[in-house]
Formats: sequence, structure tokens, C-alpha cells
Amino acid sequence: ASAQAFDRAAFQAKGIADTLKALGAADATESKDVTIVSPDIAENGAVVPVGIRSGVAKTQMMALLIDKNPNALAAAYDLLEGAAPEVNMRVKMGQSSDVVAVVKADGKFYMARKEIKVTLGGCGG
Amino acid sequence: MADPMKIRASAKDGVVDVRVLMAHEMETGQRKDASGNVVPAWFISDVTASLNGKEVLKAHWGPAISKNPYLQFKINGGKAGDKVTVSWVDNKGDKRTDETTVS
Amino acid sequence: GMSLPAFASSDAGAEALYDIPKFGNVSLLHFTDCHAQLLPIHFREPSVNIGLGDARGRAPHLVGEHLLKAFGVKPGTAEAHAFTYLDFEAAARTYGKVGGFAHLSTLVKRMKASRPGALLLDGGDTWQGSATALWTNAQDMVDACKLLGVDVMTAHWEFTYGEKRVQEIIEKDLKGHIDFVAQNVRTTDFEDPVFPSHVIKQINGVPVAIIGQAFPYTPIANPRYMVANWSFGIRDEDLQKVVDEVRGKGAQVVVVLSHNGMDVDIKMASRVSGVDAIMGGHTHDGVPQPVMVRNAKGTTLVSNAGSNGKFLGVLDFDVKNGKVADFRYRLLPVFSNLLPADKAMQAYIDKVRSPFKARLEETLAITEGLLYRRGNFNGTFDQLILDAMMEVKGAEIGFSPGFRWGTSILGGQAITREHVMDQTAITYPYTTLTDMSGEMIKTVLEDVCDNLFNPDPYYQQGGDMVRVGGLEYTCDPMADMGKRIVDMRLNGKPIDAKKTYKVAGWAPVAEGAKGEPIWEVVETWLKANKTVSPRKANLPRLVGMDGNPGMA
Ligand SMILES: [Mn+2]
Ligand SMILES: [Mn+2]
Repeated sequence: ASAQAFDRAAFQAKGIADTLKALGAADATESKDVTIVSPDIAENGAVVPVGIRSGVAKTQMMALLIDKNPNALAAAYDLLEGAAPEVNMRVKMGQSSDVVAVVKADGKFYMARKEIKVTLGGCGG
Repeated sequence: MADPMKIRASAKDGVVDVRVLMAHEMETGQRKDASGNVVPAWFISDVTASLNGKEVLKAHWGPAISKNPYLQFKINGGKAGDKVTVSWVDNKGDKRTDETTVS
Repeated sequence: GMSLPAFASSDAGAEALYDIPKFGNVSLLHFTDCHAQLLPIHFREPSVNIGLGDARGRAPHLVGEHLLKAFGVKPGTAEAHAFTYLDFEAAARTYGKVGGFAHLSTLVKRMKASRPGALLLDGGDTWQGSATALWTNAQDMVDACKLLGVDVMTAHWEFTYGEKRVQEIIEKDLKGHIDFVAQNVRTTDFEDPVFPSHVIKQINGVPVAIIGQAFPYTPIANPRYMVANWSFGIRDEDLQKVVDEVRGKGAQVVVVLSHNGMDVDIKMASRVSGVDAIMGGHTHDGVPQPVMVRNAKGTTLVSNAGSNGKFLGVLDFDVKNGKVADFRYRLLPVFSNLLPADKAMQAYIDKVRSPFKARLEETLAITEGLLYRRGNFNGTFDQLILDAMMEVKGAEIGFSPGFRWGTSILGGQAITREHVMDQTAITYPYTTLTDMSGEMIKTVLEDVCDNLFNPDPYYQQGGDMVRVGGLEYTCDPMADMGKRIVDMRLNGKPIDAKKTYKVAGWAPVAEGAKGEPIWEVVETWLKANKTVSPRKANLPRLVGMDGNPGMA
């Protein structure tokens, strides 16, 4: 399956709702088959490792949104023939935020949400 | 010209695990320099990965991807000896392509 | 329980406490968070250690009488003194000091004699916390641990000596003696393992796997630049892979030597299966009996062995037909009056201290009141540090980190330079004086408060609340993040979000911070005061905590 040209306008959207709309994913449903793999507390807000896994058959696209970033969309991936529904990346987060993974599979959209904390640090036992 | 990527690709049970480290500033466009001027955004916007010349993954990135980007993905149906090629292009038109052999 | 007359006769007292019957065929001895205390010390357990949600009223969130009752410890006994703050000064005078490597060594030898093949596990926070550890760049503790017979270790504060020093010690000193294990430390580039994840040892013919779990939030709680090329995290999915791997290799007992902190360990035990025991540290909880946690395939016992060399955990497993059939656990207090000093260890300690002895033992002031640190919100020794810092630096507000290490001093005793270093000996001791907006002050307090009271333990870092001088506030631990700190006041007047205040602090985690070391600031103040009147710890007004068994 060949992907359609990606519309980069989605990178200009702000917040989760508008970005989902820009991705054509406004009707995405929460799904347990979409998982976000990341630390609960970021070691370094400039380098936060985040992975997306999809267990939905015929996954064709995966995207990562960070609610509190100036623009929510961080990355989108077209999975062509052969690609497994699993990508890992490292992203910047200015502050604690929900992150949302969006998956398009067989033309439908699914999503998952998770909080990642960015803390000032210090202290300890 | 940008520094080469570091690419690792290894096959296990018919699945190729690919890990890529790219050298790039990934300037957000939000930061100000010492004299208060906004440093323009400068980031890798598109990445393409191929197995034996056939495209398997296209990444579309914004400036929220960290400096010196890391990308890990998996390809079904690959094996040792296959060729993995990764290319990127940034928003200024700079580009880079590197290749490795699956171990 | 043991009555005072029995304790007074040291042989009978020692017998009652330490002659515990051997059980089973695989024994593990565990100490953790000794914070480089080579000599016997006093250490007051907390009177405030709040647990919320699932953790309310569950170990380790039980203090004083609540703890005694939950574990059947008789009040007024040596054990009651070891496990609680109750009647602390009087009991400390009665039962004497605790810990000390020479006394711990005697106990370790005694346990090894009755439990052939027993392994000694060191849970970390071993190389930091004293003047001599800092001044010898951790070497005094590394050599002491080799002499003590440590078999396996993991780490936290060890990393604050920097990546290079840690690697150097592993290469030069530990190799062939002590296995340094940590499954959850990876390189920041390709996420390659930095340390071996585990070691498998044969104990009386039984293969036993010890998996290491270093403190997951080291680059957050401590300066990241010290471990710039390493990434940490809980990584419980990776832990499950290691557990499956060692079971596949034939391990009949699987133990995680953890520095997660006890609440994180309890959650981890519910998510990972195939682990017999998590022997934990970091939160410095002296918990008499393990918490049993059910998970998908069985039950995991979770223990925590206190701090400052006060305790030795003894875990006996009965392994039958290739698996654990039963266990016994004891957390033994190390009373230095009941355990004669091991001669070889004492000689080593004397030798390693001798170049520094005069400097360590110099009296800086006399304290009239009890000085201690441990507790969720403040301790009197922290208050002393705050008072000294604010006065010497000319600040109206002081912040002092919520460390859980630091020994206690009884009223009437001398405060020596060594005591000050026991509270402050870190590799980033800089003091700072900052203009902070009221808004920023609130942000800082909220951030630390969430690290302590987030309902999900994986979002906690396991320290205590930042100690606050000058500023009064109200804390509602059960509120959401950003809403726990209210009614902040300075000299009775509400804090203005837009106004700036002079705030003194120490132990900055940011790179490039500079400033006079905290121990010099405290020393200046102590020498000027000579006698320190009893400190009244500045505590927040708490909301909704009435009746919580984590409060005295
Ligand atoms: Mn500790
Ligand atoms: Mn610790």
C-alpha cells in the first residue's frame, strides 16, 4: 500500500483536539491495542524516549502528539509493506504533559494517552 | 555536509531491528539567541527507510524531535545480509543517505 | 521483645536478639543505604511518613505505635527503639548507638557461620554520606565493603562520583570480589546495557539469581551531568525479560536487589512475575517483615532494610524440588553495645580515619536539643541548616533538600565537623542565593510535593519534601498536583506571586552552579553560635491527614 502525501499543516495545529482534526483523526477511539512506551518521569525534558506500539491489524500510520508543546504533533510515521507497528523516538517536552499516540488502521483511527512528568529534580533518599 | 548516521540493523526470527542515530541540531524555532533574536527553526522534516531498495517506513517530523535524533523500528521478513538504507531531508533542503548491512 | 535488664547484660541481650534459628537451605543477608557510616551512630526513625491511597496504613507508611502494633513489636524494648522514633533520646541513651561496620561485620560473620553459603547483598547508597567517603573519593567504603564480604551490589548515590569513577572502581577494586549489577542502566545513544543485569550464584547447590535494579531516577534526583551518557528508568518490562532469562537458565530462586524505594518495589512486584523477593532500599524504611505482593503468577515478598548501617536483613529460603517452598525473614537491628567490634574491620576503620581524625573530631558547637533529619517535612538538623544558611547568606527564605540520610545527635552532645559532614557530604555541595518570584516558589514546592505524594508510586522519586525555612505554608497531600500548596506566608503576610524573594538553597542539580559549600556555611554559623538552642522545625499545616497511621 502506498501512502498518500502527508499534509504538513498538522504540525501547525495547537493542542490535542485541533491536531487530531488536522490529521483527519477527530473521531479516533481510545484503544487498549495502542500502547505508549515511555518513562513516567522524564530524565531530561530535551530527550524523552517515547515508543508507540499498535496491536491493531493493518496499521498504516502512527503519530505522536504532546499536548503542552507549542505545537502538539511531534511525529507521524507511514508504515509501508514490511514495517512492524512499532516505532521508538526521542522528543522534547517543555513541561509535564499528556502524550497521545494515534494509530490509523484499515482506514480507522485509534488512540492512547499517557502522562509524562517533567520535573525540576533534586532531593532523594 | 551533515555527519553520517550511525545505523545498527540486526535480524532475529525474521524480524529486522533497526536503530538510527542522526546528527542534527533540531532547532525548535522557539529559542532566542544571546542578542534576543529568535533562532529560526531548523530540523529534519522527513526520513525514509528502505530494505533492499524497497521503502518500508516514512517519518514526518516536526521540531519537537530531540537534537541528534534517534529512530528505532522493526521490519518483518528481513534477514542477515539485507541492505537497510536511511535518508533524511531537513527544512532547509540539506539531506543525507546512509546504508548498512543487516547482521 | 527484650526487657531492659536482659539488654543490660550484653551476652543475654545479644543471644535474645541474634540467635535466630537457621531455616531452609538458601540464605541472603542484606544491608542498604548505610550512607558511608563506618562508625556506630544514632539514627531517629521518622514520626511522619505518610502513605496515601493504597499505601495508607501499609508498610512502610506506619510510624511509632502504629508500626509496633502492626508488627507485634513490644513497646519499650530495644527493637521498639530500633524501629521507631518513640521516646528517642531516652531510649538512645539506654540502648546506645547502632550500626558501625565493625559491629555489622561481627553480625555478618555470625549469620554466615550459622548459614553456610549465605550471600551478602549491598543495596547501594554505600559510598556516600560521610566526610571520609567524600575526601577519599569513595575509596574508604569500597575497601570496607570488600572486607565486609559483600558479594553483590547495586547503586544510587554511588553515581554522584561520576561515570568515570564508578567504572574505575568496578574495574580496579570490585572485579573478582563484588558483582555490580543493574538491569536498568543503558547508554544514552543505542540503549546498550552499561552493567551486567544479574549474577547467578550457587548456594548449597541451588542456583540463585540476583538481579540489580539501580535507583531509576538518578539523573533527576541528582545532577544529570554526572551520568551524562547513561539513562536509567524503572524498565519493568526489561526486568521481566531478565527474570524469564534467568529462570530459563535454571535459577531456582530469583531475587531483585533494588534501589527503587519501597512503594515503587511494591508496584513493580505486582507487575513482574517470577520474582521470589525484592530486597529494597532508597526509602530508608526499617520494615520488620516483608509485604507480600500478588502478581500474575504468584507472590513476591518485598522488604526494605532501613539505613545508616542500623539493620541487617536476613532472608532464609527453603528451596525444595527446584522452587521456593517457604521462607523466614528477620530485620536485625545492629546494636553496637551487643555486638563486639570485629578486630580486622576496626583496625581498617582506624587506619582509614587516622589522617583525618583531628579534622573530623573537632567540636564546632554544643547542641542543647536533639538533632535529627528524617521525616516527610522537616527535621531539627535540617532546621539548623536552614537557620544557618539563611543567616549567613542573608536570605528571607531557605530551601534544603529532603535527603533521608544524616545521623542524629542527642541533646547536650558536641556537634563535630564529622556530624556536619554526615548531613552534607555530597559532590555538589554549592550554596546559592536566588531571587525567586512567589510564583516560582510555589512551582518548586508543588513539584517536590508531587514527587512525594503522587498517587502512583512510579511518579514518585522517594525523597522527602524540601525543607523550608522562613516561609509558612499549608499542605494538602491528597489534592491534585499544583493544588497541594496553599496559604504561603512570610512573616504572616501572604506570598505575592509577582514579588521576588531572596531564597537560599544548596545541592543544585543544574550544571555550572557555583557557591560556597554548605558545610562551610553551617560551620561558620556553628562557630559563631557555640551553643545551639533546641530547634523548632518549621512544618506546614497539614490538611486531611488526621488519623493517618503514617503520622505520630
Ligand atoms: Mn539512601
Ligand atoms: Mn537512594
